[in-house]
Amino acid sequence: MPWNLDSDRPIFIQIIEKIQMDIISGVYKPGDKLPSVRELAAEASVNPNTMQKALSELERTGLVYSQRTSGRFITEDTKMIDDIKSEMAREIISQFLENMQKLGFQKDETVSLMKQTIEGDAK
Amino acid sequence: MTLLECKNLSKQYGRYPALSNINLQIDGGHIIGLLGPNGSGKTTFIKLIAGLLTPSSGEIYLKEEPIGIESKKMISYLPDHTYLNDWMKVKEIIGFFADFYEDFETERAYDMLAKLNIDPNSKLKTLSKGTKEKVQLILVMSRKADLYLLDEPIAGVDPAARDYILNTIISNYDENASILISTHLISDIENILDEVIFIQNGQIHMQTSVDDIRENENKSIDTLFREVFKC
Repeated sequence: MPWNLDSDRPIFIQIIEKIQMDIISGVYKPGDKLPSVRELAAEASVNPNTMQKALSELERTGLVYSQRTSGRFITEDTKMIDDIKSEMAREIISQFLENMQKLGFQKDETVSLMKQTIEGDAK
Repeated sequence: MTLLECKNLSKQYGRYPALSNINLQIDGGHIIGLLGPNGSGKTTFIKLIAGLLTPSSGEIYLKEEPIGIESKKMISYLPDHTYLNDWMKVKEIIGFFADFYEDFETERAYDMLAKLNIDPNSKLKTLSKGTKEKVQLILVMSRKADLYLLDEPIAGVDPAARDYILNTIISNYDENASILISTHLISDIENILDEVIFIQNGQIHMQTSVDDIRENENKSIDTLFREVFKC
């Protein structure tokens, strides 16, 4: 199935985000081998050059490393993966807080609303 | 590496200028969208590269050689209309292509036919418009060419087959080959493009990387096209 990519944001950035997400959520485990550029490009229905660019960028950050002859692998540095995970969590939270502020909720109000919602879910 | 180069290319039909003063380069290994409104010169441009029309002035080079017999061996061209004989069977046409083009891969053609559920024994005239288009595209993509020229390749094809065809294009073309696609179905193909050429009134409006457009304008190619060529 093609990946869900928006046409109004650079594709290679969305590919990076998607692969990062797959690494964090455990679709790819540390040390796993990534499919080839062609396979990934076909799966995502994108241009192989775009996929190549995204993978090179992931390599630059260290999340993915390549071995000359045998392909690309997910980093075995679990701390790095955890760091990215917490960074993403912080981003999601600050975005959420921003949206709540737009609705007119102060931070403490948001927190108590969240508590209510969580307790409501538990019932 | 420059695959195709046009220098001051112009084409006139009588007094009417179809293309004026086109200068551009296309590198190997790219999928390029040739986009423009009706009558902007897309088909003329493609036919000039394919060697079916001769320029009124200017030059075209493929791998530094002028367009001619040699370039036709390296270019696989899909015209915007059917040119195959209606009375032939699909398998006969495949035989025909295999005879004609050294770089034709028969096995690849049969493989794609099977994936798209097209019976090689059916006569062309019994096939629907969309299926005929698929057959033509299969023929063109079964060659190992350096440059593929696809003039409106997916217009009559259903969305599911379109996806398959786009995937075939992505996974089959050689890394050093380039594909020039002219189409109006921008949103369907824009994710597989890495470059676009906007053409308007026979002139190049712009040639740029698609991710640059998305990054700088925060717009899809489809949206940008609608803005640039607003009627």
